[in-house]
Amino acid sequence: MRQFIQRTWAAIRRPSVHYSLGFLTMGGFIMGIIFWGGFNTALEVTNTEAFCTGCHEMRDNVYEELKPTIHYSNRSGVRATCPDCHVPHEWTSKVARKMQASKEVWGKLFGTINTREKFLAHRLSLAQNEWTRLEANNSLECRNCHSQESMDITRQSTRAADAHERFLFTGEKTCINCHKGIAHQLPDMGQASVMIEHSSDQSLVEYLKAK
Amino acid sequence: MTKPHIIAATLVIAFSGSVFAQEHVATLRAGTPLGELADPPQIAKRVNSDLRQVRNYPEQPPLIPHKIDGYQIDINANKCLQCHSRTAIEVSQAPMVSITHFMNRDNQFLTSVTPRRYFCTQCHVPQSDAPDLVENTFVDVDSVLDYIAGSKSGDH
Repeated sequence: MRQFIQRTWAAIRRPSVHYSLGFLTMGGFIMGIIFWGGFNTALEVTNTEAFCTGCHEMRDNVYEELKPTIHYSNRSGVRATCPDCHVPHEWTSKVARKMQASKEVWGKLFGTINTREKFLAHRLSLAQNEWTRLEANNSLECRNCHSQESMDITRQSTRAADAHERFLFTGEKTCINCHKGIAHQLPDMGQASVMIEHSSDQSLVEYLKAK
Repeated sequence: MTKPHIIAATLVIAFSGSVFAQEHVATLRAGTPLGELADPPQIAKRVNSDLRQVRNYPEQPPLIPHKIDGYQIDINANKCLQCHSRTAIEVSQAPMVSITHFMNRDNQFLTSVTPRRYFCTQCHVPQSDAPDLVENTFVDVDSVLDYIAGSKSGDH
């Protein structure tokens, strides 16, 4: 093993005898484009709704639930696909999320949620993963489309305008705090509230202490 | 039954059916021939004013003055209670679920909404701006009392 490493290192260090500098530079450049392009293309393929709904776990459960909601069917015909909300758009965060998602491949291989019953049993923890993520990044994926600056609250109902003015614009709460279950069915919220008290929801903990 | 009787009975049923349909039954098809499709009326807009409306009688469940599209009310979650529960109203400034909804059938008050009062939309409904399908002659009890008071004092 040690010998093998030494021999490889020596081969890499030695100047090329047969190939010209131009060939090696251009070859490296072209191969770079092919590999990098290939990697990015593959990454983008995994970032499509067709890929997500390629498995029955997503197609029969969460995708079906999305269909009647405003994020799938609405008056203007603009819609959100799975990765719009579940994968960050910025490259570094996207790759970080994709590395996390390798655990989902594990789940697929071992059938963690391969039946409706198993999915329902896991729904709370699955939802909580997403809520925690969105609370931590200040609902970044919502804000990719819904910008605070472009939100004209005079065109909202008074109820919505009041709530956004009091909680969103002051930064006291973030989108997901109030808009849970906007695109998928909610898990058992009775259990969820018990868990929230022990979670990292600092504002709620402080709120409870103040009482 | 003999054969002529059956024929007569069938004819009577057939004719009476068409007569009743034309004269007595107001259908939503409104005279459109059977073979054609009627133009469906536009779906009425939901009232979303957030203004509480008068109850027509004291026991009337208050109307919902806002949209409730996609609100989940099932074994897992009750979207209405996100704003209308006892603990939520400080944040939401929405009216709290009436205390009567905490009372079970033995008149015992529970700590939260009882299962029999859990499904809000069984009694509370949002409104739309659709025209009435039939004329409504309902008169508020206060109008009745005013009328009686007026007729006693000789105004009517």
